Amino acid sequence: MSEYLIIDNLTKIYPTPKGPSIIVKDFNLRIKKGEFVTLIGHSGCGKSTVLSMVAGLNPATDGGIILAGRELAGAGPDRGIVFQSPCLLPWFTALENVRLGVDQAFYTASRTERHQIAEYYLTVVGLGDAANKKPAELSQGMRQRVGIARAFALSPKMLLLDEPFGMLDSLTRFELQQVLIDLWRRDRKTALMVTHDVDEALFLSDRVICMTNGPEAEVGEILEVTFPRPRIRKEVLNHPDYYRLRETLISFLNERSDLRPSRDKVGVEQNNIPHRNEPGDHANRPPSTPAMALTS
Amino acid sequence: MSNTLEKLKTALLPLVGFAAALTLWQALSMTVSPDLPTPMKTWEESREYVFKPFAKRGEMDQGILRFTWYSLILVAKGYAIALIIGTPIGFLLGLSKGFHSIFDPIIQILRPVSPLAWLPLGLVLFLSAGKQASELGALFTIAICSMWPTVLNTAVGVRSIPQDYINVARALKLSKAQTLMKVLLPATLPYMFTGYRLSLGIAWLVIVAAEMLTGKPGVGGFLWQEYNALNYARIILCILTIGFVGFILDRLMGLVEKRFKTA
Repeated sequence: MSEYLIIDNLTKIYPTPKGPSIIVKDFNLRIKKGEFVTLIGHSGCGKSTVLSMVAGLNPATDGGIILAGRELAGAGPDRGIVFQSPCLLPWFTALENVRLGVDQAFYTASRTERHQIAEYYLTVVGLGDAANKKPAELSQGMRQRVGIARAFALSPKMLLLDEPFGMLDSLTRFELQQVLIDLWRRDRKTALMVTHDVDEALFLSDRVICMTNGPEAEVGEILEVTFPRPRIRKEVLNHPDYYRLRETLISFLNERSDLRPSRDKVGVEQNNIPHRNEPGDHANRPPSTPAMALTS
Repeated sequence: MSNTLEKLKTALLPLVGFAAALTLWQALSMTVSPDLPTPMKTWEESREYVFKPFAKRGEMDQGILRFTWYSLILVAKGYAIALIIGTPIGFLLGLSKGFHSIFDPIIQILRPVSPLAWLPLGLVLFLSAGKQASELGALFTIAICSMWPTVLNTAVGVRSIPQDYINVARALKLSKAQTLMKVLLPATLPYMFTGYRLSLGIAWLVIVAAEMLTGKPGVGGFLWQEYNALNYARIILCILTIGFVGFILDRLMGLVEKRFKTA
């Protein structure tokens, strides 16, 4: 399978008065086209930093990111971002907020076409009637729907979701997860999501990347999630593998997130030695970690 | 019932304040300041100016609203200059650390200078303009004194734009002009209008000083002339007019400001 997004030895170091603070170190990840990948880890572990580097909002100290065969430099509308807070501009209506992105991504299209694209995506997320409302008139959940519509309306090469449902109550969160997965199913955009919600990760993703605790966070373990799609929450919850996967994730977060595959397993720092990324294995799984791929 | 009582209270209580001020005024003119005209005498000497507000009997003898009109026009011009110059400076101060480091010290030093100090400099600056010198000097003074709240509030507004909004602009790769028009400017508007309101207040304060010193017709010029002519009653008329107009201007700007706050 082709590797659509390649993150290679991504490193972020912030200079501080006490010397450099290494947030993320030698983070490696390969994502296939159409794959939904989730980064999970404790808060402050650097998962959002990784995402914002892929988004181009935060320059990497070292390492490279290749998307669809091109090295990324800076941000751009080829990546649709859903932020944790919806980040809508309060002086624009829902439609105008979506239009702002559509105008950038489809600058060659006519005004009417761009208007229709924006309207279409708002309707798809269930906000057809609220298109002309200002964000202040919308509930938190509706605002995040606009945020999702704005990201999808760009027809981006990939989606980046930074704890998109972190600020919502659990009922709204379920609702919006469904909105997201329905929308995602239409054209299977390659997606990278950050979350600390285990159930959300399992429900949405094809693969869950567990990050070790910061500082110097890196990829810890990788979990393949093979529930059949399209997914329906009830079926996923009743799937025989669900609780095993959930258990694995939680025990990683509780017990193994302090281990460092790059050092603890190999003994010496050998991050640049390619044996961890065998050809054909998109996951840079440490050799001694038992495979957790599941076939159902 | 208690609601109507509350309403009655808010309507009547200000009158108590006015009555107290009038009493104090009356008492002062009857005791320590015999030259201060009593409220009654003030009214008698001013009524002609109030009842024929637009009359023009001579250059320095006109109805009070006509004088006010002259003053308002001069203020409007100076205020417009202040906004046109002050807003971009505020933006640059907020956007660029370098610009801020270079100019902030000068601004902090110039800001507290009184209009009375600026005016002579303004006259000197435009000395070569001949007849226009006093008008240009007055405009210069109004503009430079009233500019600072606009400059500083705009700068604060730009600096306090949430990173979220900037990230949206960056993620969508908006051009510089688009970022300015669609993100920076709307996000700063509420601060800008707070600055504009404060600036208008100062511009109106300065007008009187400017007219007093340049002898131009207007409320301030009239006030100074009546002082020199020993018509003290009309000084009070001018003071009340200035206060009333300033109050109305502030309220109007307050309405505009509110309109942008909710945006």
